[in-house]
Amino acid sequence: MQITVTVNDAVFTREVEPRLLLIHFLRDELGLTGSHWGCDTSNCGACVVWLDELPVKSCTVLAAMADGRRVLTVEGLERDGRLDPVQEGFARCHGLQCGFCTPGMMLTARWLLDHHPDPTPAQIREALSGQVCRCTGYENIVRSVRWAAQHQGGDGGGGHRSESGGV
Amino acid sequence: MQVPAHVEYERASSVGHALSLLARYGPEARILAGGHSLIPMMKLRLAQPETLIDINGLSELSFLEVDGGELRIGALTRHAQLLDSAAVGEHLAILHDAETVIADPVVRNWGTVGGSLCQADPSEDLSAAFAALKARMVIHGPDGSRTVSAREFHTGPYETMVGPGEMLTEIRVPISPGGGSAYAKVGRRVGDWPVGAAGVALWLAGDVVADAGIGLTAVGARQFAAPEAEEFLRGAPATGESFARAGEIAAGHCRPVSDQRGPADYKRHLAAELTVRALRAALRRARG
Repeated sequence: MQITVTVNDAVFTREVEPRLLLIHFLRDELGLTGSHWGCDTSNCGACVVWLDELPVKSCTVLAAMADGRRVLTVEGLERDGRLDPVQEGFARCHGLQCGFCTPGMMLTARWLLDHHPDPTPAQIREALSGQVCRCTGYENIVRSVRWAAQHQGGDGGGGHRSESGGV
Repeated sequence: MQVPAHVEYERASSVGHALSLLARYGPEARILAGGHSLIPMMKLRLAQPETLIDINGLSELSFLEVDGGELRIGALTRHAQLLDSAAVGEHLAILHDAETVIADPVVRNWGTVGGSLCQADPSEDLSAAFAALKARMVIHGPDGSRTVSAREFHTGPYETMVGPGEMLTEIRVPISPGGGSAYAKVGRRVGDWPVGAAGVALWLAGDVVADAGIGLTAVGARQFAAPEAEEFLRGAPATGESFARAGEIAAGHCRPVSDQRGPADYKRHLAAELTVRALRAALRRARG
């Protein structure tokens, strides 16, 4: 079947099998390997992307379900050559070691900050509770998100609220 | 790598269209909503539908409305939407308690209330919550719609009263003022299936229980409910002693099975203890 998916504001039309998972469409069909393929069982969240402004586990969504919809991957966080505050926070606060969970963590963090601009550490942990990190022990991930919350208005730009104005 | 078997895909544009697609493709077609129960099963080839009918575009099935003493929940309502709803938090706290411990925030964005109920896992949290609330399920088919009680909806593990060619469209929950409700769950990790869980809705007349609804999941309670414990509580004083006895009665009517989540005797213990904890929390809310 043919699907048309807008990924990071670019429109892609491709022929796919209905059974193709979104994570594999993004990585193998479109070459967007920033989204990682981890547990394959909807537990680890390495595959988290946005589907129509909502973080989803792309290993548990068919590419066909994204037909006519918008996807944001980690590659889309950067705007006009500038890192998103979330990306900058993870870099400055050592929020990653191996980096495998990081794209998913950043995309959920970006969604959290778009809807709750000043989250507590507990709220950050709750928002990320469906995603696993084997390296950091999560402490620096929380710090990274807090840094991004505190530096939202400045260098990094205004986040990724949906064009309809967000929730 | 987990790869589903080959499958055909159709996208429904309305409930009527979905029903006609179900009729056309027959019993090997499956409704695809959030897919967070179905797609993992397809990846393990435990489910091998021939055709998927994607209903994610059916906005008419996505609603949360208080209407004449009932909360009406569209089957396509996402778990996250139920959790975010102030009306649900105000009138039916048990649903917020349950949603908080179902899966995780990202899965809740896409998984649906109707999908979880139709998956009918014997450990499904919402099945116990809606049993406690004595909800009703609205099923649409080629001949129109019918309504069944939550306590009849599930007919066995992974089986519901939704027949071939039919689909669940709505869940209706009575809202009676003055009550309190709560949910208590034990799981091995965040968002896991319960080892055992209990949901309670309670109404008082003074210091006496006027009415109670008790739902249990993962412990082999018939129809996810504990009617014998409910019967005991009606007219009983709202005390710790009554609650303890109710928990014992509820546990006595369960048939838990030992599995990788825990042994049967522990699950039976949880049935009693979590019923008590949910009763205590519901009582606090009813009084507070």
